[in-house]
Amino acid sequence: MDYAGVVGLEVLYMIAFLALTSAGLAIVFGMMRVINLAHGEFVMLGGYTTIACYNAGIDIYFAMLVVAPLVVGIIGLIVERTIIRFLYGRMIDTMLATWGLSLLLIGLVTLIFGNTAVSVPAPISGYQLGEYQMGGYNLFIILVACALFVAMWGVLRFTRAGLIARGAMQGAEVVSSLGYDPRKVYMITFTAGAALSGLAGGVLAPLTGLLPSAGGAYIAKAFITVITGGAAVISGTLSSAVIFGTVDQFVSFATDPVVGEIAMLALAIILLRLMPRGITGRFFRDGT
Amino acid sequence: MSGVVETHELTMRFGGVTAVNAVNFSLRERELRCLIGPNGAGKSTFFKCLTGQYPMHHENGRILIRGTDVTGWNTHEIVRLGIGIKTQVPSIMDGLTVQENLWLSARRIHGWAGAGGAVEEVAAELRLGDILRRAVGELSHGQRQMVEIGVVLVQNPWLVLLDEPAAGMTGNEVERLIGVIRRINQNASVIVVDHDMEFVRMLGSRVTVFHQGSILVEGSAERVLDDPTVREVYIGNRAR
Amino acid sequence: MIAWQSVGRMRWGWFLVAAAILALLPLAADTHTPTVLLIWALFALSLGMMWGYAGLLSFGHSAYFGLGAYTYAVAVINIGESTLPLLLAVLVPAIVAGVIGAMMFYGRISDVYMGVITLVVTLILFKFMSATAGDAYVIGAARLGGFNGIPGFQTLNVPGYPDISLFGLPTYYVCAAALLLCYLVCRWILARSFGRVLVGIRENEERCELMGYNVPAYKTAIFAVAAAMAGLAGCLFANWAEIVTPRLFSLGQAAEVLIWVIVGGLGTLIGPILGAIALGYVKILLGEQTVIDNSLILGALLIVVVLGIPRGVVPALQRVWAYGSRRSRRRQAQPGTARRTLGPSPGEQR
Repeated sequence: MDYAGVVGLEVLYMIAFLALTSAGLAIVFGMMRVINLAHGEFVMLGGYTTIACYNAGIDIYFAMLVVAPLVVGIIGLIVERTIIRFLYGRMIDTMLATWGLSLLLIGLVTLIFGNTAVSVPAPISGYQLGEYQMGGYNLFIILVACALFVAMWGVLRFTRAGLIARGAMQGAEVVSSLGYDPRKVYMITFTAGAALSGLAGGVLAPLTGLLPSAGGAYIAKAFITVITGGAAVISGTLSSAVIFGTVDQFVSFATDPVVGEIAMLALAIILLRLMPRGITGRFFRDGT
Repeated sequence: MSGVVETHELTMRFGGVTAVNAVNFSLRERELRCLIGPNGAGKSTFFKCLTGQYPMHHENGRILIRGTDVTGWNTHEIVRLGIGIKTQVPSIMDGLTVQENLWLSARRIHGWAGAGGAVEEVAAELRLGDILRRAVGELSHGQRQMVEIGVVLVQNPWLVLLDEPAAGMTGNEVERLIGVIRRINQNASVIVVDHDMEFVRMLGSRVTVFHQGSILVEGSAERVLDDPTVREVYIGNRAR
Repeated sequence: MIAWQSVGRMRWGWFLVAAAILALLPLAADTHTPTVLLIWALFALSLGMMWGYAGLLSFGHSAYFGLGAYTYAVAVINIGESTLPLLLAVLVPAIVAGVIGAMMFYGRISDVYMGVITLVVTLILFKFMSATAGDAYVIGAARLGGFNGIPGFQTLNVPGYPDISLFGLPTYYVCAAALLLCYLVCRWILARSFGRVLVGIRENEERCELMGYNVPAYKTAIFAVAAAMAGLAGCLFANWAEIVTPRLFSLGQAAEVLIWVIVGGLGTLIGPILGAIALGYVKILLGEQTVIDNSLILGALLIVVVLGIPRGVVPALQRVWAYGSRRSRRRQAQPGTARRTLGPSPGEQR
């Protein structure tokens, strides 16, 4: 029974992890059809921001929930203005340019922070579940992920901004016909996506030592979660996060983490082959 | 009953919409037939079923071409039977010249050696000689349509399927097109899909009218185009 | 002038000059670095051929580079003589690519999803190979070695004489020969109908299908050929480095070859070769100092190229050259039709 609880929590945690790290990418892909391969580095930057703030004495929750999204959001804004906005409609070129951006960011961070791992202690301590010692911080992450998705859903469904966003998912003409400048909408969207990535990075910072190359670990999984999920931001990301998180963890528990990861990647290939427009391209049409 | 094209209970659904509803269609050898109907009548969907552009399963009915069951076949397999297809949106290689487009098509049938000659013949027939060296992307819409027809013809197909061939053409080009279609018809069966009643009248062939996924009426162009039911279907749709 | 001929046209003059330079280079310089540059050039050529002429962008071409290297290492450890391992290093990537390619292309996936799937494939290989430490992971007599890879296998030997193995200068010549040979093979493919159809597929896949060509078969074929060449490059790399590690499968390696091709020039064969040589050299130079990180330069370069010269450096230079020579020939006016190069224009890579 306790073991079931442990497995269940680990699966939930994995789903939350995937959902959290994919959210930023999903918004940008779902609304702008932009695939930002520097997304992992945005997450990494969120982590570094948090650690830097913590070392400067700022409260860690404030650092990860406020400062990190803010800083990375601003970086995202700069990136959008200088690079992304020239490449709209050119999906492959965007992928290439953002891949270049990711290398650039890794180089810059290495220059500034060096190549040794930096870390920050988890603010929540562990607890006992029957015979097992659980990391309490994981619960916090699950909580943040839930809160985030609920907030996103709420914004999309109930606010004017959400309406514009859903219009943008249909196309730039819809935005124009609503009376808004699509370019401004895209600029804000990209910034928001970056901010979410920063948030994810901040929240995940206490988990492991952070290296400039940490982004690589996030991008691959986030990428396949988003693409397999399809264009619908919330239902797409959540459905694929659930599928992948569950498969990854179950296989990991049955064999070992590496096999679990590989199983997840292999599953991605199979799913993409069977549903070339993603899960939501096939099943959920309304865009959210 | 050996028609060139036969469909049995052909049905195609998208989500909840039945675009083509159990259509039984047949075309005789060397016949020229026009498929008309207002937008949404199902004629383009029907066309795409014939050309293998939609995946077909056994519940979709059957399509027979010269007796061969081609239901579910890929497009290139259907083309290889000797069928030429011109799609609604001109599908041609903009980055290559007219000559290169024609050559690539000709080469599959005539081989490397014969392709050049076949290209010249078609270019002469369709008066493409002047623009052979021009990149297709630079041509007018009507010219591109003509190039696409050339790409189709250079393979000497015995069945030709044309979806809105006259779209974007000038008056002169349309007249030339009608002449071309009649000449093709001397050696091949032809199906033309269009919604322009004037163009169809000028062609003067047998006409099949589609409406809401089914065949409404079939007959000579004269009779059908003056049929009040048909006019109502068109006008009724326009008024909506 | 039919523009096709610029696709298949073999400029023998330049080719012989290049061959001569390669043959005489050892007289002027040490061959250790040039060898690896030639290997990278071959790797880039394989991707450039597939991407530039058939329009197939693989985000994980490193998978076949790595497979070639690992296949050679494992095979030569088990067999002891290098002729068969060399052959396997070319065949195994080709077969794997054939299977994956067939799965992708017969499934009619779009090019974005092809990018994702190829990326995931190389990622899977990377993760798998990195985790194969320990005695349990062996193929025959060869331990896979996990993150540390497989060191210390014998290098290529003269066929039939396992004791005469190559390193240093002979290896250089083998690599140069391989590159020249593969270049000729590429030119040959492009001059044949097969190459013409590939360009047709790149320009408009649907129309190619409507002409009656079996498009998925063509795509799978070129994908396998490109993988075979990458595998050959990988095998040669294994011989040069005398070790194979999972790093060959990494996203970093996948990104590098992509950058070499796109900077060098899409739509030409010489572009990727020069791009790889130039950037590879820069990488080696930068590797010797720690002030500016290699990633920074490559990343900035990729961004600049995509934004500024999306077709790459070589085609841009070609346009400048063509423009210049057209101006000087203006006296003998020919009714000018814009001379189009057969590379894809920005955005058509979609």
